[in-house]
Amino acid sequence: MTAKSSLTAIAAKPLPEDTHSCWSCGSMRAAHFCESCGKVQPPVPVDYFTFFGLSPKLNLDVVALEKDFYDLSRRLHPDLNARAGSREQEWSLEQSSLLNDAYRTLRDPIKRTEYLLHLEGVALEEQSKNATEQARVTGEIKKQIVPPDLLEEVFELNMELEELRMNQKMGEDDPALIAEIGKQKLALEAKHDALFEELQTHWKAWDSLIDPSRQPNEELAGERTQVIGNIVDVLNRRNYIRNLVRDVNAALEN
Amino acid sequence: MATDHVVGIDLGTTNSLVAFMQGDTPVVIPGEDGLNLLPSVVALDAKNQPVIGNAGRNSLIETPERAVYSIKRLMGRGMEDIQEELKFFPFRLAEDLQPGEVLRIKLGDKTFTPPEISALILRQLKRSAERFFGGPVTKAVITVPAYFNDAQRQATKDAGRIAGLEVLRLVNEPTAASLAYGLDQKQNGIVAVYDLGGGTFDISILKLHDGIFEVIATNGDTHLGGDDIDNLLITIALDDIRGDLGVDLRRNPEAVQAIRKAVIEAKIALSSQRSVKLDIELPGGKHYRREITLEQFEQLILPVIDRTVGPCKQAMKDARLQPEQIDEVVLVGGSTRIPKVHALVKDLFRREPHIDLNPDEVVALGAAVQANILGGSEATQNMLLLDVTPLSLGIEVAGGVTDKIILRNSTIPASARQFYTTQVDGQANVAIHVLQGERELAKDCRSLARFDLKGIPPMAAGIPRVEVKFLIDANGILRVSAREQRSGKEAEIQVQPSYGLTDEQVEGMILDSFDNAEEDFRRRQVIEARNEAATILAALEKGKKSPAWGQLTTDEKKQIAKMEKALVAAKAEDHYQAIRKAIDALNQGTTRLAELMMDTAVSSALKGKNMDETDLGEGPTAPHPMAKAEFE
Repeated sequence: MTAKSSLTAIAAKPLPEDTHSCWSCGSMRAAHFCESCGKVQPPVPVDYFTFFGLSPKLNLDVVALEKDFYDLSRRLHPDLNARAGSREQEWSLEQSSLLNDAYRTLRDPIKRTEYLLHLEGVALEEQSKNATEQARVTGEIKKQIVPPDLLEEVFELNMELEELRMNQKMGEDDPALIAEIGKQKLALEAKHDALFEELQTHWKAWDSLIDPSRQPNEELAGERTQVIGNIVDVLNRRNYIRNLVRDVNAALEN
Repeated sequence: MATDHVVGIDLGTTNSLVAFMQGDTPVVIPGEDGLNLLPSVVALDAKNQPVIGNAGRNSLIETPERAVYSIKRLMGRGMEDIQEELKFFPFRLAEDLQPGEVLRIKLGDKTFTPPEISALILRQLKRSAERFFGGPVTKAVITVPAYFNDAQRQATKDAGRIAGLEVLRLVNEPTAASLAYGLDQKQNGIVAVYDLGGGTFDISILKLHDGIFEVIATNGDTHLGGDDIDNLLITIALDDIRGDLGVDLRRNPEAVQAIRKAVIEAKIALSSQRSVKLDIELPGGKHYRREITLEQFEQLILPVIDRTVGPCKQAMKDARLQPEQIDEVVLVGGSTRIPKVHALVKDLFRREPHIDLNPDEVVALGAAVQANILGGSEATQNMLLLDVTPLSLGIEVAGGVTDKIILRNSTIPASARQFYTTQVDGQANVAIHVLQGERELAKDCRSLARFDLKGIPPMAAGIPRVEVKFLIDANGILRVSAREQRSGKEAEIQVQPSYGLTDEQVEGMILDSFDNAEEDFRRRQVIEARNEAATILAALEKGKKSPAWGQLTTDEKKQIAKMEKALVAAKAEDHYQAIRKAIDALNQGTTRLAELMMDTAVSSALKGKNMDETDLGEGPTAPHPMAKAEFE
């Protein structure tokens, strides 16, 4: 049974730092719960990949992940530890929140990628999110570097959006303009999808560098930095287009 | 312990119920009047004693200034967000209420907070269960609308504590309903639960997977329900009366309540007939008569029930599902009995909704199932509920913007970490404002609490790194902890809930201390303990005559004599705990005697008692001594 073995693997996988033995029965090599007596173990701060017993690869079997999520939920959820001592209940609460946070992040391809960047020390998401929120509140146009390959299109689209807003203000209707903007929006959405495919090629490149047979050396570090840079670039462009589509939608809805 | 029953409670806007698992079937426990539904009405009688349920309902018409209904609408809310409520509900706020204070409602000349009023309803249910089991009930699972925010959940938990109940879990109502439905239908698939009750609306979409009930998305409106339909009908009647008879009854609470009662009956009748005739006797003997056809009724309520469409569509969008992908739709809540609501749901989800279980009872039954899961029972061994938080949790950042740190529909427990630093040298405190809601600006979200991080070690500005951990527990309630990372010091957190009672306030409200019924219960405990003491003393007398007695040392005999004397003394007093302690001591002290007597016939009396300390002496069919007074 693959299901059972994967779960046992998670339970048995030694975590960094401590707890190689169960606090309750003393069995060796217990992680989230004890393989031997089933008791929830004190949480150890680990990254989300390690929590699921995975190496930090971006191609991930989401179906298997869901199965592990359900299996671990059956071990760690507070409802199933409601009669345990207060210390165990606390551990169960922390372990299951960690499980939920990890699952939520890893099952989503973009969140998973952003999380890896975070582990690699790139704070892409926060910067951009804060800047965007700030810009929306103050009403300023967000100072963002337009990806060079989009420069022309963005310029044209912004002119059209400006015209549309003027029309709306004057109470005028220009179906041709709306149709044109709609066409551009479709083109942007197609680009958005294409970027996801591009992202997946970088995933592949990253995963090949995670191979345990590769010796950690300067060359490997350089390759990794290169791939991370590529990923950041794709995500930035993708976010840029997503925000643009959102602006177009907002303008069209008015 | 056989007497340790965990009950499931549906604390509803209009009606409340208590249920438990009998073997592998959840059943509702009836009240003393034999009815399953306890109207969520609280009144004070002439002696200022609380009267709950149907008895309280009479008071609504006779002495409306001494009664309150639909208190759930006020749970966890502040004065500024109940202005709409005050237009339509006869809530009488205390005159000296300060802004920012927890609401207080006047009943006669006394005032009560919403959790206290809810606690009176809970206590009534607790008594029904205690009468049923013939023993105390101290643990419960209580249901709340899925869309309840943190403050509303906390208020419900407080109500449980005030009623003397340990609330093991708050469960979302639609999710509870799905548990009741899922119990005998061991199938996988996507289920939507549409729950339109007396005052709240929820929609939850779940994925059922081999006994795991995983909520994918939830949405709702905590101020939308049958009450709103009643209010429309009341307004029409009042307008009619003013037009036809020239009298404005708006300021006549007795008349308004009489009208309310009549229109609710009419509304219910219209679920099964084409038209209904209203006939209400008004003060002065005149009658107000009016016929309402089903068509008129449906047209009238359309704007109300249409408000459920938006949340349903949002939930489907959040779940990334089309109506075709939903396998089953379940109807919950009394208002789903309205044919037009049924039709709306059918239209929205493009399939015939289920109403196999009584929509008034299904939530309580589900709560009983969850109570069973928490108890680790075999009947529900394979079942696990994975619920979500209905609203995003955020922090106010520069510019009054909400920075969302836990998004809505995240599986709970869920957590998030934020890092804070200081802005000036030596700064010791950092203020954090926690918000709940989907809007971008902090002022448009619900303020949950303000936290003060205190005791940050003096460092240059920007150097401290305070990690604050936000954790939403399985009840959907927020917990916060903080640690300064450079010094490793736990930072102290001072919580000021924006709406809600402090621990001390709740402590002071706990009903037991001045509760007559509890006093009765204690008296009964004392009587039972005395009987038990008499039994063990008699057994000891017999033991002294047995050969085993001679085998004890002089010291042991002396000890036993001392404990015997203590028990005789305790037995003469009225303190249950003292008698209990003396019984336990003597039981303990005579263990060796009992062991020595193992072979003799007498041993069973002593040893038997030793092993059966929790025996309450009466079976579940025994009449319970309390809660008689309230249903006369």
